[in-house]
Amino acid sequence: MNLTLKIWRQKDSQDKGQMVDYKVTDISEHMSFLEMMDVLNEQLVNTGEEPVAFDHDCREGICGMCSLYINGEAHGPDRGITTCQLHMRMFNDGDTITIEPWRAAAFPVIKDLIVDRMAFERIQQAGGYISVNTSGNTQDANSLPISKHAADEAMDAATCIGCGACVASCKNSSAMLFVGAKVSQYALLPQGQVEAADRVKNMVAQMDLEGFGNCTNTGACEVECPKGISLENIARMNREFMSANIKG
Amino acid sequence: MSGILNSSIGRKIAMALSALFLIFFLIIHLAVNITSLFSADLFNELSHFMGTNPLVQFALQPVLVFGVIFHFVLGFVLEVRNRKAVGTISYKKNNGAANSTWMSRNMIYSGLAILAFIVLHFIDFWVPEINHKYIEVLPEDPTRYFGELQHKFVPVWRVIAYIVAFIFLSLHLMHGFTSSLQSMGVASSRKKFFKNFGLAYSIIIPLGFIIIALFHHFNH
Repeated sequence: MNLTLKIWRQKDSQDKGQMVDYKVTDISEHMSFLEMMDVLNEQLVNTGEEPVAFDHDCREGICGMCSLYINGEAHGPDRGITTCQLHMRMFNDGDTITIEPWRAAAFPVIKDLIVDRMAFERIQQAGGYISVNTSGNTQDANSLPISKHAADEAMDAATCIGCGACVASCKNSSAMLFVGAKVSQYALLPQGQVEAADRVKNMVAQMDLEGFGNCTNTGACEVECPKGISLENIARMNREFMSANIKG
Repeated sequence: MSGILNSSIGRKIAMALSALFLIFFLIIHLAVNITSLFSADLFNELSHFMGTNPLVQFALQPVLVFGVIFHFVLGFVLEVRNRKAVGTISYKKNNGAANSTWMSRNMIYSGLAILAFIVLHFIDFWVPEINHKYIEVLPEDPTRYFGELQHKFVPVWRVIAYIVAFIFLSLHLMHGFTSSLQSMGVASSRKKFFKNFGLAYSIIIPLGFIIIALFHHFNH
């Protein structure tokens, strides 16, 4: 298929940036979206132009590196996938595809389609862990019974790959789905409950410090999340936050 | 506790609490007004009670005015903060309809329409009441309320303005009702009930007010 691409180009964080049009031809519908981007970059390198910078790593939907706001949606028009899992069969011959970086004040553009997502890292460092060293002294699983329901919910929350699609999709650039998932994965398990109050307070404080917006419950994050992280995690974070502050 | 009030989640909870308070107030308001459809005497009696009872006048009324102002001011504060969080460059192409409802994305606009209505509503009913009771201190006639209500809905422009405002109120509530519960951390197991209840509330309450406006327009 032949496509027209409208891509955000920005030399560095200081550059104003602009949309630039490109044509790509003979794109197979079996290619992933990132492979299509590789084809474009090969074309650009062969003509002596600067290739388009974009984040990617595992290309199998588990690392959270690939981003891209494609035709007005995080990770493009498909559901429950990252951009590396988006296939060109989702598009038609002759289509014009608009490709932009994540937009949020807390995710500044570094170059072209790459944004700085270290804000998520700093939120994690503020409390997204347990202080017990678990390596090398693994207990017998039956010594700490956990209900199947709690284990499943914690596991679901823990599937968050920190890609930032929630922030990118949110009209308020809120990070509450990410933080809600990280708070929940520990709050649901006995190992995480010891530090639960400090964790939620510190992670929310860091989230606010980074300049993310306020959640207004539009639910866009949940729909666009490649891992299907539920809004219930935000409700749980709200409960955890209220109870942590009331208890002091 | 100070952490609650200075945080993003604290602001969400404050917004939700003021919303739930106003949602409750709307039920009371409609319950009183709906009596005007079938009994002028009952409507007069209730309005006289609401208008002269010291507890309603000097305790509940100031709380209500504070609740309304608080909800609007915090709404604007949140909007400004959220726009700042989005940054200066917005998406060239953004398909919001793919993942969220129009109502949820435009609460500020439906809210502004309701604010404009409240200004009109205050000029129509509240300002004359305050003038009657506390400024000119006119003698109280317990039977005046029904006639005043009917008189207000004679002009077509006012009926249309009220209907448009109640449609915006309905749209605002369709997102606001469940959103306020989500902010309060309501568990998902009960969400389906609240979603249906919220939708029914968002339609029935504004529709009730629309019926009252139309009824008095055609029956004065």
